[in-house]
Amino acid sequence: MSFWSDPIRVANEWLNGLLTDLLPQAWATLIGNVIGVVVVSSFGLILVIFLIWLERKVAARFQDRIGPNRAGPYGLLQTIADIVKLLTKEDSIPEKADKVTFNLAPIVSMIAVLLIWAVIPFAPGWIGTDLNVGVLYIAAVGSFGILSILMAGWASNNKYALLGAFRAVAQLISYEVPMLLTLLVPVLLARSMGMMHIVHDQSLWFIVLAPVAGVIFLVSSIAEVGRTPFDLIEAESEIVAGYHTEYTGMKFGLFFAAEFLHAFTVGVLFAILYLGGWRGPGAEQYPILGMVYLIAKSSIGYFIVMWVRSTLPRIRIDQMLDLNWKVLTPISLALLILTAILDKMFAETALRAPVLLGANVLVVVLSWAIIRVLSRRSRRERKVFKKRPEARAV
Amino acid sequence: MEQNWLFIGVFVAIAGVFPLLPIVIARVLAPRKPNHIKLETYECGMETVGDTWVQFKVEYYIYGLVFLIFDIETAFLYPWAVAYDVLPMFAVLEGVLFIMILVGGLFYAWRKGVLEWS
Repeated sequence: MSFWSDPIRVANEWLNGLLTDLLPQAWATLIGNVIGVVVVSSFGLILVIFLIWLERKVAARFQDRIGPNRAGPYGLLQTIADIVKLLTKEDSIPEKADKVTFNLAPIVSMIAVLLIWAVIPFAPGWIGTDLNVGVLYIAAVGSFGILSILMAGWASNNKYALLGAFRAVAQLISYEVPMLLTLLVPVLLARSMGMMHIVHDQSLWFIVLAPVAGVIFLVSSIAEVGRTPFDLIEAESEIVAGYHTEYTGMKFGLFFAAEFLHAFTVGVLFAILYLGGWRGPGAEQYPILGMVYLIAKSSIGYFIVMWVRSTLPRIRIDQMLDLNWKVLTPISLALLILTAILDKMFAETALRAPVLLGANVLVVVLSWAIIRVLSRRSRRERKVFKKRPEARAV
Repeated sequence: MEQNWLFIGVFVAIAGVFPLLPIVIARVLAPRKPNHIKLETYECGMETVGDTWVQFKVEYYIYGLVFLIFDIETAFLYPWAVAYDVLPMFAVLEGVLFIMILVGGLFYAWRKGVLEWS
């Protein structure tokens, strides 16, 4: 195994040897862990700097602009300039705010996103730690993000911020339900919660076996990030900036960075759970290729997120909750039941993939028909309008 | 196994340090000239009226309750999905029955009008 095909393992072995020579075993393990953590989390943080530039550039293209192009080649240093600016901005804490919670909220929001990266398998053997409850862990630490928004909204003691936090309660926890249910589908198909195991099991990508679940996962994840069309928690035209109205300087910057990293993490999770993660030709021999595949596949999900963001307008809160509770949740429950029964009946047979795919198509057709019938009925009921008062010149 | 959770523990600590760092740097670099007007609650230039921490629209809370039921029940399904390979068809159907109860709960809430935003 040469250094260039698998640099992480080579570096890891070298470091391990060095540490066990110098220190007692317990200390060596601890320091090895610390180094691993610093590598993984700083990878995430450095990625953010690039992602913010990328998103601004792509969003600009969608809107027929050029985007940042002054600082550095292609405007690549724009984010660095922004960080320097944010660092030198005064940090004002409102007099009426709950100080401890107010200061803690941006930190918690960043922690919540960074923690997900601990179980992301980048390539064969490249993983922070391969927890055997990986998916459950992701669901668990993902909810910290909601907590941070609640903390920020509550502690600001500002009515707009509090409204943002209220909306976050309704929206984020609602969309957590279909997200959890569709996270369950890959677990069911792979028969494991370990992230590495799920990737290893995808000789056939799960998007083929469960395409509808994949789409629902992506949609509810977009809602979890709080991006347009689900950006009600920070709707600028309605409630100033939602939960981060009172935040200035670097604390606002942390919320901002956490949101961008979360959006990309959604792409990464989508790639791992449904698009086969690092799998690809030659990835087993040359793990560095696996990393390239993972980034490429994640970009698909991330690009969809950006595309949706710059295409769709914001939807109303009742529409958003209806979409979740009356469309996504029933469909994902039906999918879960169908997948569980059919996968048991056709496991290990050649029919497994076509049957599961057929079930997915069936679910889509059926739910489309039901939605059509229901919406037509409710439209008929709504036909009777009250006469509106006429506007008259006085 | 303990190795894995040691890693997570270290991760929590270090993930806490990373966002703390820019805040500390900003504290050193940034100017600090607070005054009363600057630190007032910002509500689009209007003076804030009354208390913010009041009881508000109850719908938000009801959605919270419905979520809680679903979240807990889904968490129970994870072990079932992991053991899926060794389960006989009967046990799988039992799991399906469990999901059907969940579906029943959803439709009950739906009919009761909990899911209507008024």
